[in-house]
Amino acid sequence: MKSYLPKIISRGHPSTIMSYWAPVIAIFLTLLTGSIIFSFMGFNPLFALHTFFISPISTSYGISELFLKATPLALIGVGLAFCFKNNIYNIGAEGQLTMGAIFGGGIGILFSSLDVNGFWVLPIVILFGAIGGAFWALIPAILKIKFNTNEILTSLMLVYIAALILDYLVVGPWRDPQGYSFPKTRPFNESSRMPLLFEGLRIHFGLILTIISILVSWFIFSKTILGYQLKVSGLSPKASKFAGFSQNSLVVLTFIICGSFAGIAGVGEVTGPIGLIYRDISPNYGFTAIIVAFLGRLHPIGIIFSSLIIALTYLGAEDAQLFMQVPQAVGFVFQGLVLFYLLGADLLINYKITFNKKEIYEF
Amino acid sequence: MNFDLIISIINIVLIATTPLVFASMGELITEKSGVLNLGVEGMMLVGAVTAFVTLVITENYFLTFLIGTLSGVIMASLFAFLVLILMSNQVATGLALTIFGIGLSSMIGKKYIGTPIVGVSPYYFIVFSFILVFLISYFLYKTKSGLILRAVGESHTSAHAQGYNVIKIRFLSIIFGGAMCALAGSYMSIAYAPMWQENMVAGRGWIALALVVFATWKPGRALLGAYIFGSVSILQMNLQGFGVRIPAQFFVMAPYLATIIVLVIISNDRLRIKLSAPACLTLPFFKGR
Amino acid sequence: MNNIIEIKKLSKSFPGTLANDNISFNIKNNSVHAILGENGAGKSTLVKILYGILEPDNGTILLNNKNFAVKSPSESRNLGIGMVFQHFSLFDSLTVAENLVLGLDENISFSKLKEQVESISLKYELPLDYDAPITNLSAGEKQRVEIVRILLQNPKVLIMDEPTSVLTPQEVDKLFVTLRKLINDDKTILYITHKLEEVKKICDEVTIMRNGKIIETCNAKNEDVKSLASKMLGKKLPEIEKSKINSDNKKTVFEVNNLDLKYNDPFLVDLNNISFKVREGEIFGIAGIAGNGQSEIMNILTGEEIIKKKSAIKCFGTDIGNLGPKKRREMSIAFVPEDRLGHSAIPQLSLLDNVLLSQFKGNQFSKFGVINKNEIKEKTIEIIKNFNVVTTGYNSFAGSLSGGNLQKFVIGREILSNPKILIISHPTWGIDAGAELFIRQSLINLAKKGTAIIVISQDIDELLEITDRISVIYKGNLSDPLDTKNISLEKLGLLMGGKF
Repeated sequence: MKSYLPKIISRGHPSTIMSYWAPVIAIFLTLLTGSIIFSFMGFNPLFALHTFFISPISTSYGISELFLKATPLALIGVGLAFCFKNNIYNIGAEGQLTMGAIFGGGIGILFSSLDVNGFWVLPIVILFGAIGGAFWALIPAILKIKFNTNEILTSLMLVYIAALILDYLVVGPWRDPQGYSFPKTRPFNESSRMPLLFEGLRIHFGLILTIISILVSWFIFSKTILGYQLKVSGLSPKASKFAGFSQNSLVVLTFIICGSFAGIAGVGEVTGPIGLIYRDISPNYGFTAIIVAFLGRLHPIGIIFSSLIIALTYLGAEDAQLFMQVPQAVGFVFQGLVLFYLLGADLLINYKITFNKKEIYEF
Repeated sequence: MNFDLIISIINIVLIATTPLVFASMGELITEKSGVLNLGVEGMMLVGAVTAFVTLVITENYFLTFLIGTLSGVIMASLFAFLVLILMSNQVATGLALTIFGIGLSSMIGKKYIGTPIVGVSPYYFIVFSFILVFLISYFLYKTKSGLILRAVGESHTSAHAQGYNVIKIRFLSIIFGGAMCALAGSYMSIAYAPMWQENMVAGRGWIALALVVFATWKPGRALLGAYIFGSVSILQMNLQGFGVRIPAQFFVMAPYLATIIVLVIISNDRLRIKLSAPACLTLPFFKGR
Repeated sequence: MNNIIEIKKLSKSFPGTLANDNISFNIKNNSVHAILGENGAGKSTLVKILYGILEPDNGTILLNNKNFAVKSPSESRNLGIGMVFQHFSLFDSLTVAENLVLGLDENISFSKLKEQVESISLKYELPLDYDAPITNLSAGEKQRVEIVRILLQNPKVLIMDEPTSVLTPQEVDKLFVTLRKLINDDKTILYITHKLEEVKKICDEVTIMRNGKIIETCNAKNEDVKSLASKMLGKKLPEIEKSKINSDNKKTVFEVNNLDLKYNDPFLVDLNNISFKVREGEIFGIAGIAGNGQSEIMNILTGEEIIKKKSAIKCFGTDIGNLGPKKRREMSIAFVPEDRLGHSAIPQLSLLDNVLLSQFKGNQFSKFGVINKNEIKEKTIEIIKNFNVVTTGYNSFAGSLSGGNLQKFVIGREILSNPKILIISHPTWGIDAGAELFIRQSLINLAKKGTAIIVISQDIDELLEITDRISVIYKGNLSDPLDTKNISLEKLGLLMGGKF
């Protein structure tokens, strides 16, 4: 019996090395696919890839922009890691981000319009952002534990609802009277805004918050009983019950952590680079962070790298639109592709591929 | 309320509900075979844009729907390859399909926003959607192939031990699901709107997914659910005409809110969900052991 | 008598194991041929290859002197081979009739099918309830559905994988009647088992397997239970050391009083008014065919499912029905559920991480929520050493251990917490004879120290060997306890069939 078709064989236990290699393979394959697509569109693939991935970060401003985009992505990504590790598919981070912007931004606007200033204003704004996101995340969490409702669908529906609430606020009650009827609020006062880290660059205090959150999350995941509980209940709910861990508290806790991270990311966007609230505060950061979390292997340090890589696709897409007249949405296509390849490459963690009886490629 | 108004409301409800029927029927077949495909929204969008672009280029309605539906088959095959052959996580892969579909559709459709087209009458599709529900019910509960499909979703190990090709049956079910989702999308951009706009599916793919749960995986109930949804959202819009003063955003919110409420009510009956959901839903199947 | 099946140099490997190692033997036409071997000897792999579920790495199979290389069970069925699985391959939510239809390749009307089924039922004494959903059936009834489903195909060879493991002694006798009728009808039966008496009782020839290899094929008539055992195990195992303390006059430490629970779920068994008491140093057994409420009771005893009426379970006089597993462990109650892969242990995690799964009051595994890795490491090494766990080290994945070693590890983890009460379900399910003996001995030794042990098992031999008293569970009802010393197999069988 000889077959020339590749065969998939179980490894018996997961390979740690492959779980690190899979994202690298995925990125490589995405670049390869990208160059093929670009050649079909009539571009020199090297030129296109250079425009997309090199030129956006060839200046210090470009690098600052990279970190600016990576800031919310990494923060939400690490929040999602809490949920995903626990096998909770919260895919409504975009809505939690929006609610964070509404709550935190709303307080910021209140302070600004009352002309209240002080060093304590920003912490309150950030806190309210976290509360807003956590509140919005708590809804699917409670529906899940009380009514057994699928969190994927409810958290997603809440994204649409949050966007409509935001729309209502900026069109209606919160609209800036001096805004020439544009649907936007008045700008924040200086004391509600995220301080800039460097003169002339847009990266702001949110980056520091993100780094702190990542380090704390890393500690929780690797050194604490809570991290262990998340791992166990993600791998086997039955074993988690056996151990006596409270499934419901874990669901609520992970949703709250993820929601507040997303909320902080939201408030960071409006009080950071944007400076006011309007309709389009996020270019899908909440959804893209799902890819960031998976590409970073749900590991805080991995998420730092993956957030930078995915942030680059945003910048690259902007440049591609400018210099190659390619629609900006090509960035999302790349993001989708990288996730596809990653999920495919993950096969190699648990299985190996053999091409015939004699040759077994040990990955 | 006069007779004409009722007729026109029924008319609007029929037109607006049909894409939900197509998409939920497709997903229902996929889930019955034991696979959850969260890529409905993405496949609908790609179907919508492909059909639209085909119509603009060829001006041929037959080709438009053929190619539109085919785009869903291709998207679904990609998903099927990943989850069946490479055994990837179904939830994550479905999400990837939707993210990819959103990006791909807006990339392809960029040039075509605002391009005028001559739409096709929705009534053929409305009639077809009812026939489709009947055919799927008949297939699932009256034919041996339907029994096999249900059996695969119930226990893939038993089905494999009985000699059924689990991968092949699931592949076909996923592809059928993709075709129906893309058909729903094509209908939206050609018959319902008719125009192309970024993200024009606006969550209907997700609502279709919720409908399958609401229907406890039964085609007739999915049809019923789709029409309840269609009616609720349309009636709410009509309330505006009767002088109910609520900001427009809250009317647009209605279907999303209704989805959550409906899901809560149906899911609360844990036993019923457990008994009616295909037992192998989202579980990967590996033949080797 | 000529050979119907000839197996030549067959091999099959899985990651880490060579399940079938260069296997060759012949099966004579119109005979009952046993394949005897302990758990993990490679019997199941062999028959799965014969039935087309697995493909061999090497080797050939001849069926009636023709090359037989099947890629799927349906090909195999078309060539006249049928199989009754140990863990039935039925579709639980479908009806008996639907399951039978799914077993047929051709399209057939329900009425015609019913005719055929009735004639088979009558001929081989296999009564069936045609329209019942599979979930409502007992294990014995499910097995009948499987057998009828295969007989509808009119096969020449029937493979039966451990067919008696889910039957009462009386049902076993009935099954043997059916098997003899099948032999009279010119069929061949391949009988997979690890039970020596059955080989003597029903089989003509026997092929003995050990560690994936064939030891010998011989005439069952010329062997006795002792010679079969030594060939199957390859070595003589020591006798279990039974000298137990007399627990008759000790105080009751654990009791269940009038436990009543209605689930209203066809997949679960309702529990009716269950009561029992366990004394210090006593081993109390709960016997019964699987699926009669054992897993439901186990969940309630561990606290994975909490009940409203907290006085229904008492430990040292305290009501504990409303306490979760963590709180119960703090009262020195330890648990070992049936499933090692994903319940009492997590295969994807290291042994080290698995130790943390059941934390008791005394251990210092964490401080203020931060894990103390050194403490856990010491405990892991202690378990591995004291319980003879064969492994590459404390960092190896639980899933990489053999069934027996993982079970020794899990039980060691619980025993080393010095429990006052140990509740254990199917302690030696699916493991090799060496580990089985070791675990049974460990349980007896633990009871000697005064621990009360509750053993839920469907292995009657096991319960007879280690327990002091036995109750039988049937459809959620628990019989009065019997003294193990004075119990007869017949009485036990009747109880298991619900004749309380």
